[in-house]
Amino acid sequence: MLRVLFTVLMLLCLPVAGLAQDLQSLLQVHKDEIAKPKRKSVGPVLDALVASGHPALSQFLQNWQEKEVYQRTGDEMFFYVQESGDALTLLDIETREIVTEGVAEDAMAQIKPNGGVRKAIGEALVQFQLSDPDPARRADALDAISRNLDASQLEPLKRSIEGETGPSLRLRKERLANYLVARFGKTTGDRVTAIENLSDDLSVDGRAVLSQILRTKLVATQEPTDSMNLARIVTPGEDEELSVHAAYEILVDEAGLPPIVTQEDVLAIIGANVDGGRAGGIALAAMDNWDMRYRAYDALAEQGVAPPRATDVPALVSEWTFAEVYDEKDSDVTDAAKATQETVETRVAMSQAADLGLDAISLASIYFLAAIGLAITFGVMGVINMAHGEFIMMGAYTGYVVQLFIPDYTLSLIVALPLAFAVTFGAGVAMERLVIRWLYHRPLETLLATFGISIALQQLAKNIFGTQARPLTSPGWLDGAWVINDVIQIAYIRIAIFVLAVLFLGLLLFILKKTRLGLEVRAVTQNPRMASSMGINPDKINMLTFGLGSGIAGIAGVAIGLYAKVTSEMGSDYIVQSFMTVVVGGVGNVWGTLAGAGMIGTLQKWIEWLNPSNTLAAQTYMILFIILFIQFRPKGIVALKGRAAGD
Amino acid sequence: MSDASLSKETISSKEIGPKSSKDFATTPKRRSFIAQNPSVLWFLLALAAFTLGVTLLSEAAGSAVISTSFVKTLGKTLCLCLVAIAMDVVWGYCGILSLGHFAFFGIGGYAVGMWLMYARTEAIVAENLAGQIIPPTQAEISDAIASQIFGVVGASEFPLIWGFSHSLILQLAMVILIPGLLALVFGWLAFRSRVTGVYLSILTQAMTLALALYLFQNDSGLRGNNGLSGLQNIPGFEQVPQAQISIAFFWASALALGLGYVLFAWVLRGKFGSVIRAIRDDEARVRFLGYHVESYKLFIFTLTAVIAAIAGALYYPQAGIINPGEVAPIASIYLAVWVAIGGRGRLYGAVIGAAFVSLLSSWFTGGGVPAIDLGFYTIQWTDWWLVLLGFSFVAVTLFLPGGISSLFDRLVRKET
Amino acid sequence: MSTLLELSGVSVTFDGFRAINNLSFQIGEPELRAIIGPNGAGKTTFMDIVTGKTKPDEGRVLWGDKGISLIGLSESRISREGIGRKFQKPTVFEAQSVRDNLAMALRNPRGPLDVLFYRKSAQGAARIEAVAEQIGLTDALERTAGELSHGQKQWLEIGMLLAQEPRLLLVDEPAAGMTPAEREKTTDILVEAAKTRAVVVVEHDMEFVRRLNCKVTVLNEGSVLAEGSLDHVTKNPDVIDVYLGR
Repeated sequence: MLRVLFTVLMLLCLPVAGLAQDLQSLLQVHKDEIAKPKRKSVGPVLDALVASGHPALSQFLQNWQEKEVYQRTGDEMFFYVQESGDALTLLDIETREIVTEGVAEDAMAQIKPNGGVRKAIGEALVQFQLSDPDPARRADALDAISRNLDASQLEPLKRSIEGETGPSLRLRKERLANYLVARFGKTTGDRVTAIENLSDDLSVDGRAVLSQILRTKLVATQEPTDSMNLARIVTPGEDEELSVHAAYEILVDEAGLPPIVTQEDVLAIIGANVDGGRAGGIALAAMDNWDMRYRAYDALAEQGVAPPRATDVPALVSEWTFAEVYDEKDSDVTDAAKATQETVETRVAMSQAADLGLDAISLASIYFLAAIGLAITFGVMGVINMAHGEFIMMGAYTGYVVQLFIPDYTLSLIVALPLAFAVTFGAGVAMERLVIRWLYHRPLETLLATFGISIALQQLAKNIFGTQARPLTSPGWLDGAWVINDVIQIAYIRIAIFVLAVLFLGLLLFILKKTRLGLEVRAVTQNPRMASSMGINPDKINMLTFGLGSGIAGIAGVAIGLYAKVTSEMGSDYIVQSFMTVVVGGVGNVWGTLAGAGMIGTLQKWIEWLNPSNTLAAQTYMILFIILFIQFRPKGIVALKGRAAGD
Repeated sequence: MSDASLSKETISSKEIGPKSSKDFATTPKRRSFIAQNPSVLWFLLALAAFTLGVTLLSEAAGSAVISTSFVKTLGKTLCLCLVAIAMDVVWGYCGILSLGHFAFFGIGGYAVGMWLMYARTEAIVAENLAGQIIPPTQAEISDAIASQIFGVVGASEFPLIWGFSHSLILQLAMVILIPGLLALVFGWLAFRSRVTGVYLSILTQAMTLALALYLFQNDSGLRGNNGLSGLQNIPGFEQVPQAQISIAFFWASALALGLGYVLFAWVLRGKFGSVIRAIRDDEARVRFLGYHVESYKLFIFTLTAVIAAIAGALYYPQAGIINPGEVAPIASIYLAVWVAIGGRGRLYGAVIGAAFVSLLSSWFTGGGVPAIDLGFYTIQWTDWWLVLLGFSFVAVTLFLPGGISSLFDRLVRKET
Repeated sequence: MSTLLELSGVSVTFDGFRAINNLSFQIGEPELRAIIGPNGAGKTTFMDIVTGKTKPDEGRVLWGDKGISLIGLSESRISREGIGRKFQKPTVFEAQSVRDNLAMALRNPRGPLDVLFYRKSAQGAARIEAVAEQIGLTDALERTAGELSHGQKQWLEIGMLLAQEPRLLLVDEPAAGMTPAEREKTTDILVEAAKTRAVVVVEHDMEFVRRLNCKVTVLNEGSVLAEGSLDHVTKNPDVIDVYLGR
């Protein structure tokens, strides 16, 4: 059915003239060229064949390329064949119907085009593929074209656009055609228009087209440069990319000046002319510096055993003009391309900034989730929980264990989040009851005791789950990314973490501002003695607060585990950043933590962007920045003021 | 700081009334420092006896009861004891829980390691180049050394920070200057802005992390992840067997520990110690007494950092290798753990803690302790030692806040 | 009697709350002065400003014969200028002996190196003895400060102030939690101290203030409400209003 439809389509869009002729007679016109094709002369034949637009031509070209076409030695007719025993069965070139059976092998000659010809056939085939009924093959053809843009593909591509039914493929074709026009268009006007069309194309391919148009070559000349399409004049020694030495090397290659004698040459010549511990009249033992070595070499050169050293390289170089010249001769085209490139680069930079911003937000969300639990316990109880990172790890392992029992990733995630909260809430409450409660007013010792718990928990996790990373797989609907344009895209998982962070922000604000528990927590934060005299049980509040802070760490663990690896050491990767977030943000305030997370996330992304090759350096600089920041705001971004803040 | 408004002799002679008998007893007698601090004497005696004993039992003395590698372990332990008393001074006496003193220890190791590596590579390169018919230039020698040292991180030129590595004297000065300056600048920034308590701990931890991350980079100029290695080969002493070198370093470590102990005991005696402990207990009050608290803290922070660096400079030639992992924040936290277990606020407590925990740790993790078979599960101590350490540390914090050395006090009190 | 400390037009605000509002205050040397006022009147904040703990938003704080400004100086510097402060809660160094506490407070150079190379002197010891006698702790010199009773700690702290030999002594509620006998003794110590220097006592207890028998400044809502003898200010209708109206 599809085949029929396609044929009809082909009939509609191909020139009517081609229909009058059958394929065999068309081939017979060019039979010599087809039987013994040569790279140089096959072009016109292919053009003629393609111009006929015969429906069976594509199939023929393919078989021709794959050496499956045979010529009958008698009448020089072309056939496809099927082997049946020793004999061959001939098939019609148009319909593939059986024409003759039992033909002897020596009556037929196989046509074997060489590699060059096969490539030319392939190019001709592209236009057929561009109209292939299978969209996948059409996409393949477009890929092939965009991999290697060539002037010859322009016409077939343009022709195929009209018949294109797939909207996205049509868009690609138009885009690609525009690229081709920009590179190979016939008139300057066409090309300039096409180039200007590229100004809102941020894709790598589009930008490659522009940079290919603007490709330059470094040339050395003594002629005036007026006639060249100059990109710029390069002054050797002043411009960083061309040293005087390198400029001279160009002259050696292109203008045949004598080569520079390298230090290796000098050593080789001296080594080859040693005579009784001396060379060039100078003792070898004295040659521990280049002054003496050159003196020896020059002496040898005078004796005629070595070429003289080129002297005064800078003067020789200064006699020449070095210029970067566009490969493209037409200055209107290069001017337009240059202007467009600038526009595109601005847009790319803006998009990158936006992308960076999104990255920073998602990183900040992670830091917020990791740090908020810590901030709560620190703010309310003045307790630094060094095991906070291990609670994050516990949450992530909870997620992993849940997935072992519930294979459905969506369901397991729904189960894992509250379960992780419950597990770490329990662990937090246990720790508060057993350890921390005995250490109030000894904050430094709390820090160390929780550190002891942290190393024990880490090693326990290692003993239970092993040292290798465990997967925590996100559900399918969280795979992939939201693509805004060629530069800006953000993974769904990061959006999900952002949403989770916002949810927790809202939830915490609700708990702290609107519930009885929140009121009591705030009271204990601000004045524990007063709070307890008003009938608030600080013990209970401390326990619940610690549980809450730890529980959120568990949730953060599941979230982090979804995109990072679950290992026993994952907690310690986040703990210092979490501390920084709390310290920078200011203690005892949800908004402070948010501000701290935002600042650290942005800062880290920004530094990474400045120095993309080196994330370690980025972290180093960030920490140094934070240490300096503390100088100016020792109590963090959102600081309590006055006597209530204490000292 | 200005003391212009104060004169030293503000008390007129008439205020000194006739001495009562009580006055007589409290009039300061010029007793010697050792006499005032008997524990210093006991410590020095114990250290000397230990050093002598180990030496007599070592391979170098011919008896070989103690293997060379164990002599090295003991020498390293002495260095750890030295850094631990530095930690005790800054934390136990001055109240600054620094999570960065092991970083200074590491810097000391790196500083001395740079010379060790340079000098040894120089000797190797000189040997290699000796066969050449044309003698090498200075630049060629230095390039060859550089590519030997930095080949592992794909570099072949000396970074700026190796500028002094050719000279032992300068590099030893770096052992003191670099950590000293770092501590001075960091401490000045932190104390000036009145960062105290857990905040300060976190800040020092951040500093340590920044340093470790910096060292982990390949282009840090310190061979990144690879660190510095082959430090046990002392240039100029290639012919001396390790048995003797290890004893030499053991002595040097013991000497450094003894001197460090005396230095800190001297610093912390009398009024200065009084002020330092007062800062630990109530910083603001000391400020209102007219003391510039920041200067005192800076003094202690920097002094202990330098001592830590010296300990590191003695430790790493015995360890043979230093890499950025050694400087990671966790090491500094362990240091605090040792001091806490040994007992804060007394110098011998830190020594006991460091020696006890680090030797116990190498005993457990080295497979020296038999596994416990529970029937359904076998406890391998290599896996479970950290769990045990973590929980026992919590137990010590909860039930024995004064650490192991406070047990002595209890014994003494029972006797009297 | 010359002016030793002068505050004029000082204001300070914490998160919108005006703790001190255009306060002006003067004290000469020697003088004993009591400051009274209801809770939140700004008495402690006043001390914080003078001792450099809190920086005022506006106003001048001038000190001494040369009239140097105290604003922006560090707490330790102000202390070395000759201002001693006793806190509401006794803050002595409980882990150290009474002698060490006093020794630290002795008027001597305060630089780290000066202290590190400090050698005990006969004068110093004598001065400690003298102060101990003044505060009645002669027998307790070798005891750990933490073992002292509440009243003794208060005296020790006053003793530490005296050892500093300040020109101005700020004392915050010295009699709080003391027995009547202890109060009497405290009064004596303060009156004695005020013979040679300026002493400012912040106190709630009217009986105690009466016994001090000195000029009284009444603070309310961060500024001076009345000033004069105790009898004079207690007749002032504004003062009566503030004290009885609440």
